[in-house]
Amino acid sequence: MKPKNQRLILVAAAIVAVLVAVLLAMWGLRDRASYFYTPTEISAGKAAEGQAVRLGGMVEQGSIQRQPDGVTIRFILTDGQARTPVMYRGIVPDLFREGSGAVTEGRLEKGVFVADTILAKHDERYMPPELGNLAAEHKAGKTLER
Amino acid sequence: MIAETGLAALWLAAGLAALQLVLMLMAFRTPIEVGRTIRAVAVVQGALTAISFAMLLIVFARSDMSVALVFENSHSAKPFIYKVAGAWGNHEGSMLLWVTVLSGAGAFLGWLSQRTSERTLVAALGAQAALALGFYAFLLIASNPFARLFPAPPEGKGLNPLLQDPGLAFHPPTLYFGYVGLSVAFSLAVGALLTGEVDAKLARAMRPWVLGAWTLLTLGITAGSYWAYYELGWGGYWFWDPVENASLMPWLAATALLHSINVLAARGALKAWTMMLAVIAFSMSMVGTFLVRSGVLTSVHAFAIDPQRGTFLLGLLAIYVGAAFTLFAVRGGTLKEGAPFELVSRESGLVINNLLLSVILGIVFLGTLWPLFVEAVSGEKLSVGAPYFNAVAGPLALVLAVLVGIGPLLSWRRERRPVFKQLTIPALLAATTLAISFIVAPAMGILPRLGLPAATFLAAASVLPLVGRSPFRAPLATWGMVIAHFGIAVALVGMAMNSAFTSERLAVVQRNETQTVGPWTILLKGVTPTAGQNFTAIEAELHASRGSGIEVLKPQTRYFSDPPMETNEAAIETFWNGQLYTVIGKPDPSGGWQVRLWWKPFVTLIWFGGALIALGGAIALLGRAWRRRRRKPEWRKERYA
Repeated sequence: MKPKNQRLILVAAAIVAVLVAVLLAMWGLRDRASYFYTPTEISAGKAAEGQAVRLGGMVEQGSIQRQPDGVTIRFILTDGQARTPVMYRGIVPDLFREGSGAVTEGRLEKGVFVADTILAKHDERYMPPELGNLAAEHKAGKTLER
Repeated sequence: MIAETGLAALWLAAGLAALQLVLMLMAFRTPIEVGRTIRAVAVVQGALTAISFAMLLIVFARSDMSVALVFENSHSAKPFIYKVAGAWGNHEGSMLLWVTVLSGAGAFLGWLSQRTSERTLVAALGAQAALALGFYAFLLIASNPFARLFPAPPEGKGLNPLLQDPGLAFHPPTLYFGYVGLSVAFSLAVGALLTGEVDAKLARAMRPWVLGAWTLLTLGITAGSYWAYYELGWGGYWFWDPVENASLMPWLAATALLHSINVLAARGALKAWTMMLAVIAFSMSMVGTFLVRSGVLTSVHAFAIDPQRGTFLLGLLAIYVGAAFTLFAVRGGTLKEGAPFELVSRESGLVINNLLLSVILGIVFLGTLWPLFVEAVSGEKLSVGAPYFNAVAGPLALVLAVLVGIGPLLSWRRERRPVFKQLTIPALLAATTLAISFIVAPAMGILPRLGLPAATFLAAASVLPLVGRSPFRAPLATWGMVIAHFGIAVALVGMAMNSAFTSERLAVVQRNETQTVGPWTILLKGVTPTAGQNFTAIEAELHASRGSGIEVLKPQTRYFSDPPMETNEAAIETFWNGQLYTVIGKPDPSGGWQVRLWWKPFVTLIWFGGALIALGGAIALLGRAWRRRRRKPEWRKERYA
């Protein structure tokens, strides 16, 4: 192979590689990225059944119910307007408690959000970034009430 | 005084970096002899940052709360090692470590390099100084680690307990040495593009830096993976977390560079491509640093919390990457391609290796940045995790693993020995593995199903370069390659086994009751309170047995007060054929305890494999250094003549 052709082939190969990477990534991102929703968006039907999504909200006061097996809990996430029932099997993070924020990963199954993971940073001051606005609104609402 | 000394050293180092850059520019306008001076400047600059970093270590070791950084991140009741390691467990300290390594690398380049031409070396040292200058500015303007507090508070806020682990002492420095070691490859590439001296000689000068950086990156990633595995208590070894991807991307680029640089060193081919990879590899290090340090990852909005730092880093990134690529665009085309090669040749094999690695790098890059892009454009929030990366990058990685077995058997330039004949035994072994896997586990996932035979094939094929020749005559570099490639196979077996055969049990257990997981029967003996130097804990005593003998495991939940926090301390017992991983959860109203148990067959192979890959790199590096020494005993004379 002449050096000139060789370079041509190398350049072509590199371009093909980039295209393949982009195409594969786009294909993967289209249906494998999980969107973040609030309970309001869930109740509006934005997430299809079985689609992997994230759901964030406040854990409603008095909503945590332990199931008889000891490791499954049910609770309700709310954003003030809508409520989504959540089921989770596992050890909950330390700062998961009623009245505080939580982000869960999972999918909607027959109207119940089945969570694989509950995200909470191990820090008292932590507020899930996705809930930043929500918490601000929450506080603003409270101030108005007063 | 100590903090002020550190700050002064940093300012001086920044001044010297500026001088170093000016010297290089002067030498380019009028050809004057600055080689010796610029080398000395680089060395002194490196020494000054080392002093600065040592001062930071001292204020942390002394718990000097009048330094704001110590107050924010330390506590006098912390064990000593975590006081010291806490120096780089925060933003400012870790950036200072980064800069220390950067200018240290420049110092070593100036001190030791004899393989490059003087002109290229001067240009490279100038480039290295330009890099350092930006990061000095970042430290001094946007994140001064030595800022004082007045009056000094009596006690610090403490270090995040998750970071209070021996892992912190080793993981970030190792990674940083790897990240920043690549800066030398970047500077040498920029220097060579400036002078036009892109040749085999340059490749041989660059190679030890790439090998060393790559070895440390491999080690750092492997250690980080094991740290996350035992410290987080989630039983996973890789989460495709953006911070993890930030370390994986430079590694992928460095791996590609490591291979293409051999083509350049041995055959003088792939010049432009290798220079581009050298630029990309360190660019990925900077992207990683930007992602981790700017806070942009959690959300685009988190970026706005500290816009100065994020914007500053993004600006630096844009300038350096932009300048390097512009230079590449201008000069890359003028490079003459070296020796030609045929379609079936080792060169082609390495090109394919590079293309696959680049595609995987692109996929990881796009997946990591996609959430930022989407949020910036549409305001919608999403996350990209394991489902994407495993499905898209996984199959490509498997293809690559198979090709890794084949590539080293190809000869330079053209095919001499038919390759496929040599691969009969590995192929048969792979087929056997596949057949066995269908019998043993009919319902395996597709990735482990293909991963096990691919690993078997690679394990058998990777040793072939040593077959048929006296193994102790083979150069150390060949040994290094074989060991590293074999390590990939070992890690792959670990991953496939872990994903196919892990058993998990989550249950509430009463005292003196048992649970089973995999082959194990586990008895909860009791739960007792206990305490450590700066935490209290509850500790479960678990008795595990499979047939004969009893293993005692004591997982804990720890409660820290400064800052207030709870962590899970998993108890892990390692056996030749796997690990038993136990976590204690919350008490149950019935009087029992939540317990999470995993039996993970052969999971340790993942990290053994990683360690083997790094060992291969280290051996190759040693081999290269040693051969040079032997071949050219006169090099010392040359330099001091």
